[in-house]
Parts: sequence; C-alpha cells; structure tokens
Amino acid sequence: MKEFKVTPIRNGTVIDHIAMGMAMKVLRIIGVKDDVGSTVSILMHVPSAKAGWKDIVKIEDRELDPKELDRIALVSPNATINIIRDYNVAEKFVVEVPEVVRGIVKCANPGCITNQNEPVETEFAVVEKKPLVLRCHYCDRLLTDVAEHII
Amino acid sequence: MSALGYKSETASRGAAAGQEPRETALYDDRRLPTGAGMTFKGMDVVSIRDFSREQIEHILKIADKMLPAALGEERSILLEGRVLGSLFYEPSTRTRLSFETAMARLGGQTVGFDEPRGSSAQKGETLADTIRMVSQYADALVLRHPQEGAARLAAHFSDKPVINAGDGAGQHPTQTLLDLYTIRKERKSIEGQHIVLVGDLKYGRTVHSLAEALSLFGANLTFVAPATLQMPIETIKHVEANGVKPKTTASLHEAIKEADVLYVTRIQKERFPDPAEYLKVAGSYRIDKELLGSAKPDLVIMHPLPRVGEIAPEVDGTPHAAYFRQAFNGVPVRMAILALVLGGIR
Repeated sequence: MKEFKVTPIRNGTVIDHIAMGMAMKVLRIIGVKDDVGSTVSILMHVPSAKAGWKDIVKIEDRELDPKELDRIALVSPNATINIIRDYNVAEKFVVEVPEVVRGIVKCANPGCITNQNEPVETEFAVVEKKPLVLRCHYCDRLLTDVAEHII
Repeated sequence: MSALGYKSETASRGAAAGQEPRETALYDDRRLPTGAGMTFKGMDVVSIRDFSREQIEHILKIADKMLPAALGEERSILLEGRVLGSLFYEPSTRTRLSFETAMARLGGQTVGFDEPRGSSAQKGETLADTIRMVSQYADALVLRHPQEGAARLAAHFSDKPVINAGDGAGQHPTQTLLDLYTIRKERKSIEGQHIVLVGDLKYGRTVHSLAEALSLFGANLTFVAPATLQMPIETIKHVEANGVKPKTTASLHEAIKEADVLYVTRIQKERFPDPAEYLKVAGSYRIDKELLGSAKPDLVIMHPLPRVGEIAPEVDGTPHAAYFRQAFNGVPVRMAILALVLGGIR
C-alpha cells in the first residue's frame, strides 16, 4: 500500500493549531492565493492532543510577517506560527488579536454604509478578545461571529 | 417672554414687544468661556460618544447664549459669509428646518438638497464623491442619510466639519444635545433628576445615546417597555459603567409616579408580527390626562416628534407638555454647534 504523508518543509512558515475547518479562511486572511510561487500544503482534520482536531497550513519558501499573521487570530485565536529555516524551527510564536481590524472583515449590519458601493475599507475596534467581539468604526454595531464575515 | 415661554436676555433687559430686532455685537465677542484645551473648530459631530461631559456642558452653555438670536430678538452676523452644505438623503422636517434656521439666524447661508431625487446620488454617485465635492463648496456639512455609519464615512472624506443629522437607525447626536438642553432648561439640572424613558427602547438608537448621555450627567433612569422592546443589555452596561443603576419595568403606571421627566418615543407597528399585540402594547403606553393624574405636578413630558398617538392631544395644553419647546430648542443648540465647529465662537 502506498502511504501519503506531508513531509516537513525545508524553509517557510507552518501555521499550526488552526481551529478545525478554518484552514481555507486562514489562507484567505493572509492573502495566499493561487498565484503563490511555492508549494502550499493544507492539512485539515488532523488529530490534536490539545483540541481534538485541528488544521495545519504549510507555506514553503516564504516567511510571513508576524503582524500579518496576527490577523489569523480573528478566526483561530490559538494558532501558533513556526518559521522554518533549514528544517528547524527558527522562530515560534502564538498569534495575538490586533487592536484594530482593517479590510478583512465585513460588517454584519446590512444597513451599514460599508456594505454599500463606497470606496472605503471596513474598520473594526476589538472590544473583547475572548470571546472575540468587534465594533464597526462606521455603524457602531457589534460583531461576534467574526469567522463568518471574513471578506 | 417669548411665545415659547423662554425669557431671553434681551427681553429681560426690557426690549419692547414688536420692536425691530437689533443687530448685536454679542457674538462678535469671542471671549466667551471655554474649557481648558477644548477646541471645537473643525470638529466633526458624528456620535455623542465622541464628546466628554465637559464638552457637552460647553455646547449647552453656548446654546443659552444663542437664545436671543434664535428667538429673533437679536440679529447675529457671527457666521456671515459662511455656507452650510445640507445633504438630506431622506426627508426630515424638523431637523433640516432647524439647521437651516440656525444657520440663517447666525447670518450664514445654506445650500443643498432635501431628497436624493434629482441629486447626483440618483445617478449613482457614491456618497464619498458627493462629500468630496460639496466639501469644496461649503464651510461645513450637515448630513442625513438612511445608511448607518454614513456620517462617519462622510467625515472620513470631508476636509470640512461634518455634522450628523441622523444616519439610518444609527446616531443622531444633535437630537441628544437638544434633549439634554431641554431637560436642563425645564428642570434646571440633569443630575439627580428621575428620568423615565418609555416606548421602543430596543431599536431606537437615539434613545440609547440619550440614556448613555443622561447617565454621564448622573440622572436616575427608569426604562419602561414591554420585555420584547426593552433597553439592550449593551446600553444598560454602558449606563452602569457611568455609575447609574437603571430600573427596568413594563409598567408605566408605576414608573410615572416618581418621574421628573417622561421621555416618550414612538412604538413602531412593524416591530410586531401580530397587529393585535401592537395595539395592546401601544395602548398601554398612551399618555393621557387620566394617566397624568398620578404624576408629579411638575412632571415634564418630552417627545422627539413626530408623535403618532403616543401622547393624546389633550395633554398639549397642560403644563407638562414640553415637546414643542423641545423642538424649538433644536435651533439654539444647532446654532451653538454650527458656531463652534465653524470657529465663529470658541
């Protein structure tokens, strides 16, 4: 029987402990699209000692900026980032929810001006981190189901 | 005394009735009191939350100074040569007319539209582009828009001050300011007053802003509404954070006994899936002479207007009725705001 497995990467970024089912949203948030110049591996529904099940994303030959990676906390607050250099973990950190969220979350209020055809980026203040609650800078409404409103 | 019962400084100095309003230098005196470090010039007025108690106090103080000119007893040239861009994307009789009156009473001019039909919005222009254009023509903008957050967006694109005149179900800060002004005028202070808010407290965002502002001034608050339309928990938390513990009840008959101010809001029919339920609820919150039998003799009744049967016309003639004076107060309060943000006064 032929065995398939995802091999360790030599250089790049591994995003571990992503909440189950959120891997695709994580890629969208950090702006990794099909025009990426290296291999991207996505593991979904992986057994996890901590959380039961998790997702993992591996991006080869690319070290992502920690500030950009903090956006991941919006959909997966327990995710960890491993920067890999020559098969070794060179840096490791946990994501942190930023204070202000711009341009990656859509306001849940259909009456909000940002849901019209206006040339403006959405902007939210983080009101609470656990559980995550955002407040729209424009209409002032609170947003709780953040993962559902990723642009 | 004016027909509204307000005594202006001019009247108290013995100006004869029917005398021509005199031009005054009162507002050319820029040395009016101002709090340390407070600058209103160029400031946007988007949400009442953007203002400190000290700033609100200052606006109310300036509104008082505006009273003689608001009543037409004095002429002001404070904003002579200044232009207000008035963008009303939905109709609003009171707000629009009181802004235009306020600007005219200060010697300024207003340009704009009172419905989107015929404006560039109908041709598909974004609000952002309209704002960028009008902010080149006018010295300040006043905006009424059906979309929530429209005023914040306008402030983002305008290099002139933007005054929010209501954005959909969102904020309406000048209404809150004129409500505070009215309570102070009618009751001498806000602090310690027992203020009962009744009606649709859940969906009316302006009533949330008012409750928050009243708590900032240390008023005692009671929220009267059926359970389904009661004040949202978020607003209650905000009020409590200001040190006020509000009471909530469904019984107006009980709450009215202790009230110094009764603030009535409209209960909207569309909030009820069952029309019979609406009639029952609306009927139980109707203010009439019979209900007022158990109220304090000096109770003040306020309503942002328009009313649709919440207050019986028989109440209009009682000393309790303050809602028409409240509507008038929109003029001096908006004069104060315009004068402050345009730098006509400090």
